Amino acid sequence: MTMQEQRSIHEGLEHPTGLGARPGAETAEMTYAEAIRDALRIAIEADPSVFLMGEDVGRYGGAFGVTGTLVDELGTDRIRDTTISELGIVGLGVGAAMTGMKPIVEIQFSDFTAQAMDQIANQAAKIHFMLGGEANVPLVIRAPGGSGTGAAAQHSQSLEAWFAHIPGLKVVMPASGDDAKGLLLAALDDPNPVMILEHKLLYKQTFEVRTGDVRTPIGKAAVRRTGGDLTIVATGVEVQRSLEAAELLAAQGIQATVVDPVTLTPLDSATILAEVVKTGRVLLVQEAVQTGGFMSEVSAIIAESEAFVHLRAPIRRLSGLDVPIPYAPQLEKAVVPQVDDIVVAATALVKEW
Amino acid sequence: MQIVTDRSAAIEALGTLWRIRRFEEAVEDLYGRGMMHGTMHLSIGQEAVPTGACMALRRDDYITSTHRGHGHCIAKGADLERMMAELLAKDTGYCRGRGGSMHIADAATNNLGANGIVAGGVPIAAGAGLSAQMRGTDQVAVCFHGDGAMGEGAWHEGVVLAAMWKLPVVFLCENNLYGMSMSSAKAFPLEQLSDRANGYGIPGVTVDGNDVQAVHDAVETAVARARAGEGPTFIVAETYRWRGHSKSDKNLYRTRDEIESWRESNDPIARFEKSVLEAGTLTEADIQTVRDEVRDDLRGAVQRAAAAPDATPEGLLDAVFAPTTGAAR
Ligand SMILES: Cc1ncc(C[n+]2csc(CCOP(=O)(O)OP(=O)(O)O)c2C)c(N)n1
Ligand SMILES: [Mg+2]
Repeated sequence: MTMQEQRSIHEGLEHPTGLGARPGAETAEMTYAEAIRDALRIAIEADPSVFLMGEDVGRYGGAFGVTGTLVDELGTDRIRDTTISELGIVGLGVGAAMTGMKPIVEIQFSDFTAQAMDQIANQAAKIHFMLGGEANVPLVIRAPGGSGTGAAAQHSQSLEAWFAHIPGLKVVMPASGDDAKGLLLAALDDPNPVMILEHKLLYKQTFEVRTGDVRTPIGKAAVRRTGGDLTIVATGVEVQRSLEAAELLAAQGIQATVVDPVTLTPLDSATILAEVVKTGRVLLVQEAVQTGGFMSEVSAIIAESEAFVHLRAPIRRLSGLDVPIPYAPQLEKAVVPQVDDIVVAATALVKEW
Repeated sequence: MQIVTDRSAAIEALGTLWRIRRFEEAVEDLYGRGMMHGTMHLSIGQEAVPTGACMALRRDDYITSTHRGHGHCIAKGADLERMMAELLAKDTGYCRGRGGSMHIADAATNNLGANGIVAGGVPIAAGAGLSAQMRGTDQVAVCFHGDGAMGEGAWHEGVVLAAMWKLPVVFLCENNLYGMSMSSAKAFPLEQLSDRANGYGIPGVTVDGNDVQAVHDAVETAVARARAGEGPTFIVAETYRWRGHSKSDKNLYRTRDEIESWRESNDPIARFEKSVLEAGTLTEADIQTVRDEVRDDLRGAVQRAAAAPDATPEGLLDAVFAPTTGAAR
């Protein structure tokens, strides 16, 4: 794929097939960022306990333009600019959540959850359990992850495995505009802390999105496409790349199913296993580095299940290389799975087994 | 050191000021023409801070820098061609194209590196100070950071430890009035940001950050104190960022008038040129010579960097760990 084509995928106006709106409501075309903004507006207008805080979410409109001019509509009380204090942002969110508010906190890049990790891992995730159920932390944390913008090693990581490794925290990765909206609204219904890992390459893409107060269920995987030769399980931006790869594979006569777990914890293993059984071949695709990655967990779940006896081929993972994300565009592309890499891996899996 | 009244010091300072300005203008231009990737944070308008500060340092003193770090790097003595090559994603760049603008370090000048994490360099600078103290050298570490960094826990922890152990560190805040869109006056309800030093039991000083001599003098005093084993100082240099925070900034949080007034009446380079002319240290012709030399140097650096081979993915997997060489003891 040429650089030009690659760019058109990231910035193009077409929403990819398979990533449209879920059924059951009217829809409108909007970007992923606009879909999140729509959810913020709906939730904040409907519920006086909901508010957003984060760095540059007010007048600036958010580092990725998610809030836009929302502060003009909703005011500085509900769209709160903070100092550059990630631990404080999440920690204040925890305290407010324990005492009757429903905070949404934005961490400008998911890499900076590192600053906030005590409040995420030791506080938010454990409080309900540790305190014997006496307290809840209905906190929503939104943070963009992923590479592809030339922002280099400290602004490009895919850290979902860190969060999936913390009992008490729900982790979701919206791959479409519709899910970005629906998951945020569903997270606000949840009495537990929910980490929403958005993807920065998706913000400017246009999707078909349900209008109004809608939900994407947390804990339910989505089958984005079906085909009989292999099952691709992919997260985040790799869902879209897998769908594009599936089209190219179809042109070569290989039919792929693409499953998007949507929620990492609690994982909908049943849907994944059912789709694996149907094809007997599985390719697990993630942008994150391979070692200790979330797809290693999915692989283990498959290997430990009955689906294992239905496999005709070894389970195959296709992940980011075990390196920090480099700056140079040609290096940055080389270290995470691109559409071509998925095609090659899927073809090998089907041809060799 | 007298900079304004000393011919060679004045020429050195003016060269550094212009190298920073012209380097960043070139970056902006290359970026605008689509020849540069990623994002960039320009320090145009803030050049006097690194220029004055680094003239108070020895080559073996350490600095830590920030996302807005080109000026610090240049003032400490980095090679323009290798910097430009890095930004152009070349194999000859400081980080072989792996780090980019936010991650340039220069071992030759004891520049411990730019940092993509706000306040990430604060405890690191304190650690370099600890190392100097433990090794018994009289090196000092200067930690450049922004006003916004004062909101981070890392800032607090680095300063607390440096104060307790009287480490040879200078915490140098470039207060350019904003941390991205957050006004520093709003974020920190202090009369002066340097008042914060009181809470840590260390001296706090505010200087005009667009005055090379004033920055130099404050850092020189702090460095002398640090070398004498008396511990850290917190210096706040008041300055202003002319450009947006990064490429995505629409400047909605400040007025055009505000930007214009700083550009017109408080350009650190224009002020320095005026002061050396008034002092009779340099002539118009001397100044023009410095400008021309910088322009030629930079042009050459950009041309050579652009012609260098692109960075390649080969060897990336071997680049993650430093090679182990066996028993260390
Ligand atoms: C821990 C962390 N939080 C947020 C950011 C995003 N960010 C990068 S620079 C910046 C503003 C920093 O302000 P300041 O320290 O005043 O430096 P300036 O940009 O003004 O030079 C922000 C919010 C970051 N890089 N790291
Ligand atoms: Mg600042």
